[in-house]
Amino acid sequence: MNLTRPTFFLAALMAAATLSGCVSQPQPLYYWDGYQQQVYQRFENTSSAEEQIAALEESLQKARAADRALPPGFHAHLGMLYAEIGKADQVQQQFETEKTLFPESAQYMDFLMRKFAK
Amino acid sequence: MPFPNLLKALTALALSMLMTGCVTQQPYDYSAFKESSPASILVLPPINKSPDVKASYSVYSHITLPLSEAGYYVLPVAVVDETFKQNGLMNADEIREVSPQKLHEIFAADTVLYIDITEYGSSYMIISSEVAVAATATLVDLRSGKELWKGVARASTAEQQQNSGGGLAGILITALVNQVVNTLSDRGHEIAGIASNRLLSSNPVNGILPGPRARPTTPR
Repeated sequence: MNLTRPTFFLAALMAAATLSGCVSQPQPLYYWDGYQQQVYQRFENTSSAEEQIAALEESLQKARAADRALPPGFHAHLGMLYAEIGKADQVQQQFETEKTLFPESAQYMDFLMRKFAK
Repeated sequence: MPFPNLLKALTALALSMLMTGCVTQQPYDYSAFKESSPASILVLPPINKSPDVKASYSVYSHITLPLSEAGYYVLPVAVVDETFKQNGLMNADEIREVSPQKLHEIFAADTVLYIDITEYGSSYMIISSEVAVAATATLVDLRSGKELWKGVARASTAEQQQNSGGGLAGILITALVNQVVNTLSDRGHEIAGIASNRLLSSNPVNGILPGPRARPTTPR
């Protein structure tokens, strides 16, 4: 019969649309990668500041390449690490970036920039 | 019928017990939370009431994710910890003593989150490989001083396959528990992650409300 093929096709299309609707989940707001593991390593002192910076900078590059946003505090955390190895210009840059991305952080970032800028 | 009065009394008792069992949990009163409408959260280092010294930093390193994904700006925990240290405050109990006014002055966050870890690790078990983490959290508005929300959560390696929570989040958490590699040294930390996500993810029943940065949910 002429009706069966287009009907079957329509049914298959509807099924696919329904299934894909059920399975899809929203993407996380932020690109987490290994950020929280790096935070824990810092707390537990299981790696050096330089190693942590390297890992975070790598996450930063991956996030950029994937056009994803880095989490709240990521840049400020990186700025703190740069301060600990004496890279003053990087400190400023990271805290300013945090402030730009998250204006909620402005007052705290200003406080940190005053403290860390020595 | 023997003892008719006793039978009546027992039936009444049974019925009343059944009735109270049927009463559903009171929905959480979110009026203070909605009125506050906070955008940012300062999380203090958790107070540890378990015997495992790793508990506080373990949980502390996990909390940024659920709170950020719920739509809040979360102040960077390691930086906050460093700020306290540089002001001579070394442990969570001392930090808990700082006045809300002082916290607001320095950190300028809308709210503060106090976390107490009530269980961490396997120290309570006699013969068991169970590793559990349990914590409570209290969210307080730093501008008004009002308590906005209180929550409690627990995660354990002894959990069954069944989904304990609701929906997709519960399924994901169950899957994560099943996938956890049995590395004894870090088991507590992994379970702490699950407990933290349960405690601090937004959910409409009794979790925190979505924050301003949350993706708007489109009804189907």
